[in-house]
Amino acid sequence: MAERILSGSEVVLQALADQGVEVVFGYPGGAVLPLYDEIFKQNRIRHVLVRHEQAAVHAAEGYARSTGKVGVVLVTSGPGATNAVTGLTDALMDSIPVVCLTGQVPTHLIGNDAFQEADTTGITRPCTKHNYLVKNPDRLARTMHEAFHVASSGRPGPVVIDLPKDILVGKAPYLEPGQVQHRTYNPVVKGERSQIEEAMEMLASAKKPILYCGGGVINSGTQACKLLTEFTRMTGAPITLTLMGLGAYPASDKQYLGMVGMHGTYESNMSMHDCDVMVAIGARFDDRVTGNLDFFAPNSQKIQVDIDQSSINKNVPVDIGIVGDVGHVLEDMIKIWKAKQYKIEAAALDSWWKEIEGWRSKHCLSYKQPKDVIKPQHVIRSIHAATRDRKTYITTDVGQHQMWAAQHFGFEHPYEWMTSGGLGTMGYGMPAALGVQVAHPDATVVCFTGDASIMMNIQECATMTQYRLPIKTVILNNRYMGMVRQWQQLLHGSRYSESYSETLPDFVKLSEAFGFTGLTCDKPADLDDAIKKMLEIDGPVILDVAVDDKENCYPMIPSGKPHNEMLLGQETDGNEAIDSDEGMVLV
Amino acid sequence: MKETEISKHTISVLVDNESGVLARVIGLFSGRGYNIESLTVAEVDAQAHQSRITVVTSGTPMVIEQIKAQLSRLVPVHKVSDLTLAGPSVERELALVKVIAAGEKRVESLRIADIFKARAVDATNDSFVYEIIGSPEKIDAFIKLMEPLGLSEISRTGVAAISRGTLTM
Repeated sequence: MAERILSGSEVVLQALADQGVEVVFGYPGGAVLPLYDEIFKQNRIRHVLVRHEQAAVHAAEGYARSTGKVGVVLVTSGPGATNAVTGLTDALMDSIPVVCLTGQVPTHLIGNDAFQEADTTGITRPCTKHNYLVKNPDRLARTMHEAFHVASSGRPGPVVIDLPKDILVGKAPYLEPGQVQHRTYNPVVKGERSQIEEAMEMLASAKKPILYCGGGVINSGTQACKLLTEFTRMTGAPITLTLMGLGAYPASDKQYLGMVGMHGTYESNMSMHDCDVMVAIGARFDDRVTGNLDFFAPNSQKIQVDIDQSSINKNVPVDIGIVGDVGHVLEDMIKIWKAKQYKIEAAALDSWWKEIEGWRSKHCLSYKQPKDVIKPQHVIRSIHAATRDRKTYITTDVGQHQMWAAQHFGFEHPYEWMTSGGLGTMGYGMPAALGVQVAHPDATVVCFTGDASIMMNIQECATMTQYRLPIKTVILNNRYMGMVRQWQQLLHGSRYSESYSETLPDFVKLSEAFGFTGLTCDKPADLDDAIKKMLEIDGPVILDVAVDDKENCYPMIPSGKPHNEMLLGQETDGNEAIDSDEGMVLV
Repeated sequence: MKETEISKHTISVLVDNESGVLARVIGLFSGRGYNIESLTVAEVDAQAHQSRITVVTSGTPMVIEQIKAQLSRLVPVHKVSDLTLAGPSVERELALVKVIAAGEKRVESLRIADIFKARAVDATNDSFVYEIIGSPEKIDAFIKLMEPLGLSEISRTGVAAISRGTLTM
């Protein structure tokens, strides 16, 4: 087949089109002008102009997480690339497939401290799954296709391609995606059969089983989530999800115990602590999940399924570690479970569920909504109720509001929950919502945020307006960096060092200045009307809700404590100080 | 072996010889807080553009397993082999050792070099440069003996290693 010779920029655009890319989130600059010129000349690929490069990556993450496709970013050299670093790290921590094209100074200037030069591949090496600097035009097309393969296969993650300006301007041959085979990177998807058999035998012998599932199930796809539901119902075992896994299993199901971890439910954490067989599926035993490792599920045998070998035995040694794609392994698990006619002993399972019901009866998420002040949990629940009949996607920023959203908004389906889990990036919510709304123009997209987080990418209001993205941003406004304040209260003697939001903008005027509607609400009686109004407006809305500024996020496993020493908060009225120096040094 | 017992492992990594690959490996060790006791790298297959990196590291069994898993998931890595676990292996290192001395010390250094089968690869009236090849322990022993005899500079290659017998990577 004859090679087609195009310009470097044409090769990049052609490769994006052939990879099925519909939209690119980006910001122009000197080094990428040739690419922007090419974007101008075509109409296959849509470009969404953000107002800061960090937001471009978060938008691509939102797009990727809500569709299962690869998110694409385009930024310029130097500050464009360095601004993208937080987003890339976020995508790495949460295993989100992103391809980020960065401009670079021409090859002959690399290393000369040229204008807007940065060592992009050097800087992004530890915060990407892989990165490339294209110095040879012959490798351009291959690198583009390879980047999509690496970003989306195995454990997904961000990939950077650094593109010197002379490569974009010069000639380069084009290769179709099918003409490129990767030499080294071909991850295992099928799990080892004998290990899966062994695992099923172990699970069948359990008396107190639990399934502990994470974001890996969602990354594996909707089919994997269906299989997880089938498998869970088949075994009758209780299931808990991590923050990243919410939506992988329907929250309304009776076998679902709620979220696990630091702000997970009491029943979920107690079940994790007391279980005798734990099956971890696409979950990585994060420190926010395990609490104190010395006391983590002390009497259990553990099975772990993960596509990333390095996630197995990293924090917690497991008895059976199965490397493979969650979907494939679940399929085999179901087959084996059926073929061997396995069944967890009914009497044991029954008494395990009775124990769990005991923990459930604590109603650890309950709160009282008084007449005078709005409880933040109540806002989440009210919006959940008001959006139940619509296709709704939720994004969050980071902090108390994020945990309340995770606890109180019941997610029934995968891809509907976008949050910054691993990195905990304040400023993630609104840009991620941009990406989600671009991918799903007709759906309702709600961004739950706090009065501190919202300020960390507030410039994206302009992007919402420009593209008429009808995102509903709900600020749970307690005039504090709430989670910081909570930790200061619990661990630092209520010394609220620098955590009070002294000068917040008037969010109504701010919204109007950006060209959309701002609403406020500070009375419980008005909340439902405010939500109704927000949802009815055809366009972006910021709803600023004044919530109880003393409310803490409970239940909580304090740092350094085991699962069975959760603080429930209800009986202590939130005034419980944690007496532990050990906890103070932990994060 | 106890889970907390620290042991030394020699790990061979076959990689694509492309720019930045060494930085990736080293960055992985520093970023995750693993030890590097020795590291060597050179191209071993010019046609396939493959290099072999030999790392000597130490850690608990869980850490060693992590190191291998983390190395394996780097995109330009073809193979990772733990020579310490794979069976018997040969480990060799080369060192150039400069000794500046006169009189009896100068003669004594020559005698010891002879015992260690080290060669003098450079000589002046005031100095020798010895080339010694062997296990790291042998080189350590040689250097220790040279210390009182005018040892003034050392350059070591780090360990190159390969498994014994028919076993290959």
